[in-house]
Amino acid sequence: MTITKNTLVELLYNEVGLNKREAREFIEMFFESIKKNLENGNDIKLSGFGNFILRNKNARPGRNPKTGEDVTISERRVVTFKSGLKLKTKLEAYDGNTNKESS
Amino acid sequence: MIINKSDIISNLSSELKAYTSSDIDYSVKKLLTFISKSLYSGERVEIRGFGTFSLHHHNSRTARNPKTGELLALEKRASVHFKPSKELKQRVNNKI
Repeated sequence: MTITKNTLVELLYNEVGLNKREAREFIEMFFESIKKNLENGNDIKLSGFGNFILRNKNARPGRNPKTGEDVTISERRVVTFKSGLKLKTKLEAYDGNTNKESS
Repeated sequence: MIINKSDIISNLSSELKAYTSSDIDYSVKKLLTFISKSLYSGERVEIRGFGTFSLHHHNSRTARNPKTGELLALEKRASVHFKPSKELKQRVNNKI
């Protein structure tokens, strides 16, 4: 099942003891703080988890796949995520079903 | 500039006056550990307004060390993929 903000609210409710409204507020603020920093041009490093890195892309020629029209893809900035070593190592052991509970 | 976990924690503690910074630290760690664990047990993590973390699967293959030309076997593995939300994509672009 997909993990959503609701799952995270439950986690903070059960394991930290925040009430659900507080937990939701906390989660919103946590992700907002990351977004705000990225928006301001800062890279984020969360040790043990991974890094959010900003990259500047140059303008390049492209094509609208629907109409075949030539267009220029404008210069832009994108966010990339690189998982940290800890997360990566865990995933190397993952072969697609060993870690999953029988479903 | 590079922002790390403790910067995020101090950001949060200046806004959430009712919590001590060790409470915030604890909760942030809980969140990150939980997200990691979910990912390596094969779950997708979808945070509305932020983005989605999912796994990409790679088959085993033989590759070469580009420096030495040596053959090396790469095991079947998974890697984390992050797809930023529309909102995040736009916000990152408004201030170029």
